[in-house]
Amino acid sequence: MSDPILEARGLTKRFPGVVALGNVSFTARAGEVHALMGENGAGKSTLIKCLTGVYPRDGGVVALAGRVIHPTSPREAEAAGISTVYQEVNLIPDLSVAENICLGRQSTRFGFLRWGAMRTRARTALARLGLDLDVALPLTSYSIAIQQLVALARAIDVSAKVLILDEPTSSLDEREVAELFNIVRRLRAEGMAIVFVTHFLDQVYEISDRITVLRNGQLVGEFSAAALPRLQLVAQMMGRDIKEIEALDHRAPAAPRTGNKPPVLAVRGFGRRASVKPIELSVHAGEVLGLAGLLGSGRTELARLLFGIDQSDSGTMEIDGQSASVRSPQTALARRFAFTPEDRKTSGILPNLTVRENLIVALQVRRGLWQRIPRAEQDALVAKFIAALGIKTSGPEQLIKNLSGGNQQKVILSRWLATEPRLLILDEPTRGIDVGAQADIERLIARFRDQGLAVVLICSETAELARNSQRVLVLRDRAKVAELSGAEVNEHSIIHAIAGQHAPPPS
Amino acid sequence: MSIVFVLFIWAALAAGLFFSRKKPVFWPLLALALLLLFNQLFTEGFFHVEIRDGHLYGTLIDILNQGAKVMLLALGMTLVIATGGVDLSVGAIIAISGAVLAQRFVGAGWSPGLSIAAALALSILAGAWNGLLVAVLRIQPIVATLILMVAGRGIAQLITDGQIITFENSALVYLGNGFLLGLPFTLTLVLVMFGLTAALTRRTALGLFIEAVGDNETASHFAGLPARQVKFLAYVFAGLCAGLAGLVAASNIKCADANHAGLYLELDAILAVVIGGTSLTGGRFYLAGSMIGALLIQTLTQTLYMRNVSADIAPVPKAIVILAVCLLQSPKLRERFARLGKKGRAAA
Repeated sequence: MSDPILEARGLTKRFPGVVALGNVSFTARAGEVHALMGENGAGKSTLIKCLTGVYPRDGGVVALAGRVIHPTSPREAEAAGISTVYQEVNLIPDLSVAENICLGRQSTRFGFLRWGAMRTRARTALARLGLDLDVALPLTSYSIAIQQLVALARAIDVSAKVLILDEPTSSLDEREVAELFNIVRRLRAEGMAIVFVTHFLDQVYEISDRITVLRNGQLVGEFSAAALPRLQLVAQMMGRDIKEIEALDHRAPAAPRTGNKPPVLAVRGFGRRASVKPIELSVHAGEVLGLAGLLGSGRTELARLLFGIDQSDSGTMEIDGQSASVRSPQTALARRFAFTPEDRKTSGILPNLTVRENLIVALQVRRGLWQRIPRAEQDALVAKFIAALGIKTSGPEQLIKNLSGGNQQKVILSRWLATEPRLLILDEPTRGIDVGAQADIERLIARFRDQGLAVVLICSETAELARNSQRVLVLRDRAKVAELSGAEVNEHSIIHAIAGQHAPPPS
Repeated sequence: MSIVFVLFIWAALAAGLFFSRKKPVFWPLLALALLLLFNQLFTEGFFHVEIRDGHLYGTLIDILNQGAKVMLLALGMTLVIATGGVDLSVGAIIAISGAVLAQRFVGAGWSPGLSIAAALALSILAGAWNGLLVAVLRIQPIVATLILMVAGRGIAQLITDGQIITFENSALVYLGNGFLLGLPFTLTLVLVMFGLTAALTRRTALGLFIEAVGDNETASHFAGLPARQVKFLAYVFAGLCAGLAGLVAASNIKCADANHAGLYLELDAILAVVIGGTSLTGGRFYLAGSMIGALLIQTLTQTLYMRNVSADIAPVPKAIVILAVCLLQSPKLRERFARLGKKGRAAA
């Protein structure tokens, strides 16, 4: 076993009403990948933010290479040798790639920026990741996946001893993940300690040497990855029974309901130039329609069209068999559609408003400006959804930004459920969410379906999509390439359809 | 008389501080209380009030009367800032409102009521213009309202034909100089507008919509919220408030002065809102905080005046106090002070 390079002892962090971390110890060793696992709200993000100086800690000691450190900002932590890539891309969208990589460490001559040197440095850093980008373009001109890699390039551009990756793969496709892992392996061989936070079990076992598990802000234990079976890990994280988890994985999709009723939503030749090629789809009440495809295949763009965020420029739409159109989210809301966006932070939550306000806002819009929902009704509604969806919060008046990702997602879901929708469009509802909350959300989707809602589910994880959908549309290059139903709805067929090969019979 | 009045003021402040002790309004209120305490101890006659002809007179009454314009502006400005915008044109709208009032009344011979209606109508139109630029054409608020800030005084000049129009009409003069129940009429005007604004935002869903749009416009839009209409409405309302302030300003001096009416008052209004705890980035807003902010600024001005600080250098001490209030509000800084205090105690 190599030497510990980053050692934290007895870390404690309290927030109003919660102990986010209680006496947690954590050790990262040189030349190993150490996975940090736990459900939402287990304290992973808090632990990392305490290590990197984002949050002042309320107790405990952090030592780097045997020396006690007190970083009070990510920059100080970086200078000490701890670099971090956060879950959500924390770069500045309007600055160029080069500026983002060099920000705060620009080389200057006579106080002036050396743009040439900056670009070269950025290109070198990206080349280390095998990327070749135009570093003068603004960050926003690249996909989220590329932005994530730029963040990584920024992190390893300084001579880091410890690299913390906080869910770096949540927005990457498989090829990009594989590439990222190659980079991680190389850095590990160079003797760097890598702390890896993720919810993807496969990835944990693919790359990690050691696993630390947290639950409810407490340390559950540190394990060698080889010595901890997968199911046991999940059970440790959730504090649940192993059998329950097995049942979840093998649940067969419910039989599709058939009837004479027209679909809740049907579109024909529906599309938008440079966004989605004309497409045909229908979704019935009591049915989950999955949308599969790689990043950039047009899934999110299609969802935006259906919800009226973007306007279609071709095709027709029918709601309950009646010709209709959705020109804006307002009309979508009036037609009792609901939409949870992929990017919770920028397009879902109202961060500085309370859980209550976040939850009632769509219903309030539906009722109109003058029919303010009386406070007592608001409180009752919020209490109902907090109980029904198991939202973990210190109270309805807590600011939503203080909730974990999974709980934020449940609030957004509740926001829409409060409007009693008939069509629910869920774009990556389980992204960045731990196993426990993911299971909760999957159960909720099944419940909505059984209650007769029509659900359109977008999901990158084919297994999850297959397990929750009755039918699956597969998109590739902004067009529909396959529609799977019945027994065809399985991971195997979906992946083959995405890849564009005919599915050989499963062996 | 004065003793009763002083006791009343301090009792009200103490009660206000007690009930707001965990709210953002606490800090500007504390600053106001400290400033008043300073005056109580060191500025002679500051708390002196007397009754003449059944009306109250004194420095504190002057503060309420003189502060009315900024308080009115701050009401509209609060909503605009809460949507994540800013309105630089309200000072110019004051000039327009006054110009219309005087020109209609004196030049066109309209009745006082109709003249007032015309002034307010044009102010609302000016607000709608700002709203159009910001909400529909999506021009950055600071740029969009800068247009009317610059052009507004020219428009006012056009309306008055470059003249300073004076008027003598008891109804119009009453607006800015009259007394109701012993107190300046402007105070009633401010209280009514404050009540209306509070009711409009908190008894309807408008307050929630404004805060949602200011906090995260994309998420609000995705939740079906008519973000554009909400923003538009905020600017229209700011126009109306500026129009009312314009009536008061013209009435105060019994004339329309297109060059000087409301000059730089937009900056005082923005300051009042920020001091009151509403963030310039938008989101949560505090109407009562803005009112206290406006009072703080006016009290400060009055203090400097009474302590014979020349008007030329008065902005310097004013800036220092405002900086202190803003620092006091910063949670980061307070945390740091708290930590320093702890360290100090640990060292001792």
